[in-house]
Amino acid sequence: MSPSQLARDDPPALAAHGVEKTFLIPEEQTHTLKERALHPLRPTRHETFHALRGISFAVAPGEFFGIVGRNGSGKSTLLKCLAGIYRADRGQIWVNGRLSTFIELGVGFNLDLAALDNVVLNGIMLGLSPREARARYESVIEFAELEEFADLKLKNYSSGMHVRLAFSVAIQVDADILLIDEVLAVGDAAFQQKCFDVFNRMRDEGRTIVFVTHDMSAVNRFCHRAMLLERGRIVELGDPHEVADRYMELNFERARSRQGGSGSPRPSRRPQGRIGDGAAWVSDAWLGDEQAEEQTVAHHGEALTLKALVTFASDVEDPGVSLTIENDQRQAIVCATSERAREHTGRFVAGEQAVFAFSFHNVLAPGRYFPVFTVTRRGSGVLDRYEREFSFVVTASDAAGGLVEVPVQVRVTRAADVEERVRA
Amino acid sequence: MSVETLPEPLGQPIRGPSALAGDWRRFWYLTFTIARSEFKLKFFGSMLGYLWQLMRPLLLFGVLYVVFSLVVKTGGSAHHFPAVLLSGIVLYSFFTEATSGAVTSVVGREDLVRKIQFPRLVIPLSVVLTAMFNLALNLVAVAVFLTLQGVHPRVTWLEIPLLLFVLAVLATGVSMLLSSLYVRFRDVQPIWDVISQMLFYGSPILIPFEKVRSLHGGVLGVSWAHLYMLNPLAVVLEQWRHAVIDPTAPSAAQAIGGWPELMIPLGLVVGLFVLGFWVFNRSAPLIAERL
Repeated sequence: MSPSQLARDDPPALAAHGVEKTFLIPEEQTHTLKERALHPLRPTRHETFHALRGISFAVAPGEFFGIVGRNGSGKSTLLKCLAGIYRADRGQIWVNGRLSTFIELGVGFNLDLAALDNVVLNGIMLGLSPREARARYESVIEFAELEEFADLKLKNYSSGMHVRLAFSVAIQVDADILLIDEVLAVGDAAFQQKCFDVFNRMRDEGRTIVFVTHDMSAVNRFCHRAMLLERGRIVELGDPHEVADRYMELNFERARSRQGGSGSPRPSRRPQGRIGDGAAWVSDAWLGDEQAEEQTVAHHGEALTLKALVTFASDVEDPGVSLTIENDQRQAIVCATSERAREHTGRFVAGEQAVFAFSFHNVLAPGRYFPVFTVTRRGSGVLDRYEREFSFVVTASDAAGGLVEVPVQVRVTRAADVEERVRA
Repeated sequence: MSVETLPEPLGQPIRGPSALAGDWRRFWYLTFTIARSEFKLKFFGSMLGYLWQLMRPLLLFGVLYVVFSLVVKTGGSAHHFPAVLLSGIVLYSFFTEATSGAVTSVVGREDLVRKIQFPRLVIPLSVVLTAMFNLALNLVAVAVFLTLQGVHPRVTWLEIPLLLFVLAVLATGVSMLLSSLYVRFRDVQPIWDVISQMLFYGSPILIPFEKVRSLHGGVLGVSWAHLYMLNPLAVVLEQWRHAVIDPTAPSAAQAIGGWPELMIPLGLVVGLFVLGFWVFNRSAPLIAERL
């Protein structure tokens, strides 16, 4: 039974309806009675910040639910409202089952106390009774691999040991619903993997997990469903891949609007400061088939098309356009040119426009890419160079870590077989 | 965008933070565990540990005793002056330790308040509880001292728990009030420092009640002695002196002029407790945002 079916049959593990949260940010904080007494009539001016504007969603029991969004989108505020740390101004939140929150690991740890006291303290914070906490101390220390250091005060622990201890306590909690806020950002890769293993185990045990993160690969790998927040509203809710793509797009739109490019009309004249003599220039470039779509995400393993619209200012005989795709380290990953093509492109007259399309099977590793288009006259130098004016993001559900991801077949042959064949 | 339509109700509602959340057991576990670890830190934090906790009141006692009974000779005339002085210092120390510690406690525990859901009242109460642990140990020292001074247990010692209870209620009420006010007004701390200094001289610790009673005049027809006894701390200390140390000393009711009048300072204790709880309870849901 899939989680979405569960959502319809059973009462949800966690549900929110119309949750709103507004913060009043005083322009000048009055912290003393004297300031109050000196200016009793001055109204305290506030800026209102709408962190959440009507959030409604439900999480099914046993679901791994991701909440994503950019900084300031309201995702952490939402988590704090769900956890009961903030009071929602409007709307309702319901929960079915024991709920535990991990906004930070090791809340309440006291550096001057030894592991035992801190385990008990932290365990009680997370909802255990002192007896339960003490009974689980052994397994906590064991999981954290800190047997030799159990009597040490926490201030003598390395930061890694600290995190290991905190995490080991956290996973002892018997909550049915876990709210997790990017605690995985800490620790090395091995530790993060350990965390994910535990979350996977908890998911398989049927616990409900609500997970706030920036890490889209984690969303893709673990979440049944995800929700994208932007400026306190739900922008997308559903399939994690779609949500992750949308998140990438949102992030990219912001970068683009910062450059002032997104909404502005296509330049009808060649921008200043470009390399080349200006006989022809790239007036626009985009990803995908349609110019208007402003597609910014390309999926790994699918066909990828990049197009450049070239405007000719004077007559050009047989122009060529080449494409270089750079990654964010300015390394050229893919290079292609129309000059390699057998046929000549022909003659273009002043005022004419032409679209040059480059298509290939997307083998790029996940990340951000910058297409560079260069317009040349055959044999006689650069007419225009279109560089770093837009970028696109490649998403993949699985990546091995190379600059490109190509399908590789791996075969194993035993050395003994080779010898046999040689002898034969 | 898809917004699911929700049937109602959908389970336990989450109402946000409060002074007292439903689970009393967790409330107690948290208060006790925090208080215990704080106490443990004081106890084992330094080499001489508990000795320092005891040294403070004892040193203060030593200085004041020398000055006021050998040099200035104000208190020396009173019966059992050293015993009264020491127990006064110990009880007063409990009160200031609890209240002054509580003032900054909620702000100081920011890490907890912002990151975890728990009844907010745990924080000031754990400070009061830590002070109580300390008081319990200091009272052992007081008992030893009283014995050395020739003060022997009497039936009226049964009043001790009641007196300590009144003192604890007073300290808790003030702690709740101050800790929530401090979140918004940071000058609560220096103000409280001054007030607690005043309370030291405004209670029968150094100056025996008889000295106050012998003053002439008053305000609006109320004698100085009766005004003085409106201070709940004075009531506790004076009754302590009467019941524990010196039966010939005036009891609290005698000092203030009768049982009906005694209800005023006791009412003040209850009033401060109710006010403290009310203020704390009102500000509790918003503490995490205002820090």
